[in-house]
Amino acid sequence: MAVAEPPTTTAVTVRELKIDLVSSGSDIVDQIVLDVRAGDVLGLVGESGSGKTTVGMALMGYCRPGGRVTGGEILIDGRPLAKMAAGELRKLRGGTVSYIPQDPGTALNPALRIGRQLSEMLEAHTAGASAEQRRVRIRETLEEVALPNDDEFLRRYPHQLSGGQQQRVAIAMAFACRPHVIVCDEPTTGLDVTTQARVLETIRDLCRSHNVAAVYVSHDLAVVAELADQVAVMYAGRIVERGPRDAIFSAPRHPYTRKLLRAVPDLEGRRAVVGIGGRAPLPGDRPSGCFFHPRCDLATDQCRAQFPPATGMGGHIVHCYHAEEALTALPTTGEMTAAAQAGETVITVENVNATYGHNHVLHDIDLTVRRNECVALVGESGSGKTTIARCIAGLHTDWTGEIKLNDRSLPESARRRTAEARKQIQYVFQNPYASLNPRRTVGQTIARQLQLFFPQNRRETGRRVAECLERVALSSAAANRYPDQLSGGERQRVAVARALAAEPSLLVCDEITSALDVSVQAAIVELLRELRVQTGLSMLFITHNLALIRTIADRVVVMTEGKIVESGPTLDVFTSPSAAYTEKLLANTPTVEAALQH
Amino acid sequence: MSTSAVTSEALAATAPPEMRQRQWRVLARATMSQWRSRIGLVIVVVMVLIAIFGPLLAPHPPTAFVSAPNSPAGQNGLLFGSDGIGRDVWSRFLYGGRTVLGMAVASTIIGVGLGLIIGLAAAYFKGWIDEVLMRISDVFMAFPQIVLALLLVAAFGPSVPLIILIVGISHAPRVARVIRGAAVQITERDFVKAAEAVGEPRRRIIFGELLPNVTSPLLVECGLRLTFSIGLIAGLNFIGAGLQPPIADWGVMISENRLAVTVQPWGVVLPVLAIALLTIGTNLLTDGFARAAIGLDRGE
Repeated sequence: MAVAEPPTTTAVTVRELKIDLVSSGSDIVDQIVLDVRAGDVLGLVGESGSGKTTVGMALMGYCRPGGRVTGGEILIDGRPLAKMAAGELRKLRGGTVSYIPQDPGTALNPALRIGRQLSEMLEAHTAGASAEQRRVRIRETLEEVALPNDDEFLRRYPHQLSGGQQQRVAIAMAFACRPHVIVCDEPTTGLDVTTQARVLETIRDLCRSHNVAAVYVSHDLAVVAELADQVAVMYAGRIVERGPRDAIFSAPRHPYTRKLLRAVPDLEGRRAVVGIGGRAPLPGDRPSGCFFHPRCDLATDQCRAQFPPATGMGGHIVHCYHAEEALTALPTTGEMTAAAQAGETVITVENVNATYGHNHVLHDIDLTVRRNECVALVGESGSGKTTIARCIAGLHTDWTGEIKLNDRSLPESARRRTAEARKQIQYVFQNPYASLNPRRTVGQTIARQLQLFFPQNRRETGRRVAECLERVALSSAAANRYPDQLSGGERQRVAVARALAAEPSLLVCDEITSALDVSVQAAIVELLRELRVQTGLSMLFITHNLALIRTIADRVVVMTEGKIVESGPTLDVFTSPSAAYTEKLLANTPTVEAALQH
Repeated sequence: MSTSAVTSEALAATAPPEMRQRQWRVLARATMSQWRSRIGLVIVVVMVLIAIFGPLLAPHPPTAFVSAPNSPAGQNGLLFGSDGIGRDVWSRFLYGGRTVLGMAVASTIIGVGLGLIIGLAAAYFKGWIDEVLMRISDVFMAFPQIVLALLLVAAFGPSVPLIILIVGISHAPRVARVIRGAAVQITERDFVKAAEAVGEPRRRIIFGELLPNVTSPLLVECGLRLTFSIGLIAGLNFIGAGLQPPIADWGVMISENRLAVTVQPWGVVLPVLAIALLTIGTNLLTDGFARAAIGLDRGE
């Protein structure tokens, strides 16, 4: 059995790595420089499309179809990947470098038992070891990831495990062969906060105890802050800033990093989040010079002309001409403006019980939202929060109890409600990629909503569509676009514009930012806040993100297993939670601030 | 600087230089970039032109006796000779496409239209409506199309509108199946739920939200059913269950001239070739379109 060697060299070295698209020749990533020492965790952060996953995969000698390594080199334990034969690479993958996938549900073979899958992994990489040795190793590894290691567990199939358990099995598989390097591709995105906290702890402990160099690819700054020793921030295929975690998070020097941090909601203190305007450029469509300059407040002609070289010291490297200026010119925190006073009750949910077939999913729910108030409904997946929203919107009809709009009782189904009631309650869906008809232009979608609630002539409608788009900070040119021509954030703005076109009194937002990048999330949250101030709108904001609630909500309702366990003003719930469950949620939510304190 | 202003400007600034082509143009280009579609299109265009403008080029009326029976090709100035009762084979061929094509197109429109409505209704309403519609479709599909057609022709006698209707109806359940399959996934999407929530009329949800999202499979079905219609109608005419002599029709021609095929092969070869080319052409074109649509839908 191979014993982990003491850390003498850096386990992963990446030098000037460049990966191109074969079809167009434009680069996906370029000038990537990374070093990871054994036992260290490198957090590779970036928003979608920044190339972070491409870099992560490249460490395993793998390039996604359509991509090709055209420059630079990757050294694993001092050996260049490019010089390895196919057979050697195969041995390397899973053996020396292993991988923890984003979605263990698809990474585990549903037809094979857990024990068999773990054993296959070992058979492939530790040839010669006996069956008995393999069994011992499997039991050891399962114990390390805090899973039961009895025969009964090994005989289970992946579908008989929870999401968190599946991810632990994937982690066990990754660590079973005692790799030197481990690549984690957002392994906790699909998990609830409590599960996420345990999984992160497991990964961290295993890396320390086995002296493994880890590259943790993530868009979640808070998670990276908790886990990583070193951080590299990627933007549009380049690393714009890298350095020790504390330096990156407490004194970031690249304007992008600074703006990104300002977009992250904070659990500890109530502060405004600020989005980053514009959108990240795609490969082949990138601007000249520094790729961030079109979105940067500090951009000068120099930035437009040439990509900034690496500067900095003490391992804190930044690619920016204005790094010193950024420290003072761009704050990473923002003050919160006071919210407006809540008025009379808009919606009342009384004693609602809902079922899906024979499943009783909501138990005696009581809830009110007042005028000009934002109530956050928080809970982990399966807590029933979306079901409440759907009952209120009349999309889920299998419920008993009473839902009242302005003191008038509503029928179960939206179809049986009055047009006025349907107009007053508008629903914004979680996934903007599914909530807009792909065959209709943005203008057509919004115009239809206007015609439905405000019959009027065509010219008037056209004018109103432009107004609606303007209200969500989209140009009127967007009216002629199809949804697939817009980015995720722009689509969600369109969905909000459609809802607001009805001039509702209650906006039900169902996890509307969970599919979006943090900078886009911040922009949407900002927008909603402005709209509330302007129009006196009430909101029911459903989310699993506690930090976000702190920023947006006046009152919080905490749910678990279909029951409300706590409700009250945001500040009270966050500072002195009364339910044990709320306390657990708060303790397990990762935050940048908390991570820096310990 | 307010963020809203930045976003608004940025959207205008990052807009692709050329406004993106409408989806149909993209689809058409993807279709025509394949050799199969190009060949298919050429064949279809040629055959349709023959069917439509053929009669204008015909040297003789289709039912005139112009020569001795079964004259070989080239005799008496007849390009492809004469048939068993002395009519010009070439002229009859040029006249014979209109009926097949016209009937095939009409029955395809009926069949696909009916199937579309059934399929969308089943997908949208679900529950017992779906069950009833689909089980009735199953019963219809249990009969081979030609048997069903023959049965009804035998019962009601051969007539052009009846044949069009019968062929159309026999297509409907098959189209309904495909459309339902495509539409069921669409009904689960949030934009349909959004339309539900604002009380959009059901008719508008079906035709305004669902229909535009099943256009690709719908067009593929049109092409496919047209191919089958041509074969089925030519077949019915050949058997004698469709158009009756002395009408000049490719199916009827094959039937009339098949006994003399050794003496005068052209009376059979020409219409057989025509029908074969027409079906192959529509099929290639449809196939090319289907491939383009799949590639495009995947890219969404």
